[in-house]
Amino acid sequence: MNIVVCIKQVPDSAARMVVEGGQVSWGDAPLVLNPWDEYAVEVALRQKEAYGGTVTVLSVGGESAKEAIIAALAMGCDQAYLITDPALAGSDSRAVAHVLAAAIRKVGDVDLACFGKQAIDADMGVTAPMTARLLGWPMLSLVSVVQALDPAGKTIRIERSIEEGRQVVESKLPAVITVSKDVGEPRYPSFMGIRKARRAEIPAWSLADLGIAAPATVVRWPEVINPPVREVVTEIITGSSPQDIADKLAEKILAEKVL
Amino acid sequence: MSNKVLVYVDQFKGAALPASLEAVGAALDLAKKLGGGLAALAVGEGAGDVAGQAFQYGVSDAFYSDDPSLAEYRPEPYTALLAKVAKELSPVVILFPTTTRGREMAAMSAIDLNTGVMPDVTALDVEDGKVVAIRPVYAGKLLSKTYCDALPQIATTRGRAFKKPEPDAALSGTPVRVEAVTPDSDIHTKVLGYVQAEGGVSLGDANVIVSGGRGVSNNPALTPPPGLDDKQAEIWRAQQGFLMIGELASVLGAAVGASRAAVDAGYIPYAHQVGQTGKVVAPDLYIACGISGAIQHQAGMRSSKVIVAVNKDAEAPIFKLARFGVVGDLYSIVPALTEAFRKRLGK
Repeated sequence: MNIVVCIKQVPDSAARMVVEGGQVSWGDAPLVLNPWDEYAVEVALRQKEAYGGTVTVLSVGGESAKEAIIAALAMGCDQAYLITDPALAGSDSRAVAHVLAAAIRKVGDVDLACFGKQAIDADMGVTAPMTARLLGWPMLSLVSVVQALDPAGKTIRIERSIEEGRQVVESKLPAVITVSKDVGEPRYPSFMGIRKARRAEIPAWSLADLGIAAPATVVRWPEVINPPVREVVTEIITGSSPQDIADKLAEKILAEKVL
Repeated sequence: MSNKVLVYVDQFKGAALPASLEAVGAALDLAKKLGGGLAALAVGEGAGDVAGQAFQYGVSDAFYSDDPSLAEYRPEPYTALLAKVAKELSPVVILFPTTTRGREMAAMSAIDLNTGVMPDVTALDVEDGKVVAIRPVYAGKLLSKTYCDALPQIATTRGRAFKKPEPDAALSGTPVRVEAVTPDSDIHTKVLGYVQAEGGVSLGDANVIVSGGRGVSNNPALTPPPGLDDKQAEIWRAQQGFLMIGELASVLGAAVGASRAAVDAGYIPYAHQVGQTGKVVAPDLYIACGISGAIQHQAGMRSSKVIVAVNKDAEAPIFKLARFGVVGDLYSIVPALTEAFRKRLGK
């Protein structure tokens, strides 16, 4: 099994976001492996453990993104490439999908490409299906269970969440999957894993290495704004007994005409 | 290029999803501003009925495909069909609802149509003939003004961010059937069935959500059945707590939500999680029970119209967002509130 996991480095979910001159800033908040991608790494590693093979991490970003790659390697991935090129600054999801599709082709003979369901910075959630479409591979999104995988027969059977319930889908490989939290908790990196990851060589690939020109970016968000300030005056309800408090609260809620 | 708008009406077995009608509402508004008319497309089993009903909401053209190969949703043939219709119509804008299907089809059709996508937008307007979208980023901590510089400009509309249009029974039309474009032999996936249906009210569509946090497991008055270890006893207590929250939810016709802490502790399945790594919701009424209100939870519910917090800790950050707060024990307040609403709502 040749498995690829595509990851992204993002500001920590606890970071306070501030707008400075229409641009976003997160101060000293740490940059981390996108939390959704941890689930993708977990699923990739489980398939490797069950069926053998190699898990390769791919990430598009600057030099700092190596820290996120190291986090994925520490969980147990085998190797990683950082795709970095000055021409990729400010790329939109579609441009990144073009780059990832080229990188997946360069890795070669890939059976399964795993992604998190979205990155918690721009919350776009479209890079995986775009990459699948560019590769011409089936897209299996929001996978909650990998029921079966047949490396020789090149098929996979998964459960995926859609609005109406969990759909069971069988697909030919290679395929692209995004992973939902239902797959279960991602593992913690072991001490040995961290030491190994710190020493790992992470080769960089440029656009020239991938043999492609800089893909066009068409979606831009030149300006970031603060959400409207929530003007709430909190009214603390008190009373002589829980039922008295509850009756007062119910009246107040009904008066808001939201029921 | 025309000035047309195309809207994809996501449907399941002949019923449009609520978010689809909101997308139609958003599309009507854009079509009015752009002056080119609105076309709708529905795909799958029952799509003909859905496309026919779209006329009542004011679309000028409706297309559908209910070819047997499209009976079950699969993104590849659905996207190929949409791309074919889009190439014929040359719309300047295509809107999808932000459903699982809508988001993935929007992304994939952006590749087929050589353009980009603005997913999960909460507002749309036209500036100098160009669409400007507002979309939440960083889990709604900030908003971004977003543009798509290629045509068609594709966007998906967030649930409950746009108004459903009122149907007008006097409006009608005949939808046009479109042939499927992908032969079955070119489709590499097969839907084998469903393992479980989602029960109750879905969080995304809910007008009212009652949520529980870690606090639901702390009822000292409950005695767990014998033979449970500490962790099992904690989960048992929490489940009793969520049953109590479920009763309030059922009286209010509400969906049940949960904090990440409650989900991670194994109290309730992930499908109920509200927050940055769960669902982002914006109901009219959000009742938070035993939730302290971590920044990641706030990101998922801060756009709710009226927020009510019940918490023992008067310093809990959730009170800063709340219109009404009760500092007290949720085990006495929540059942009393259920009773209070049962009387007033006649249930």
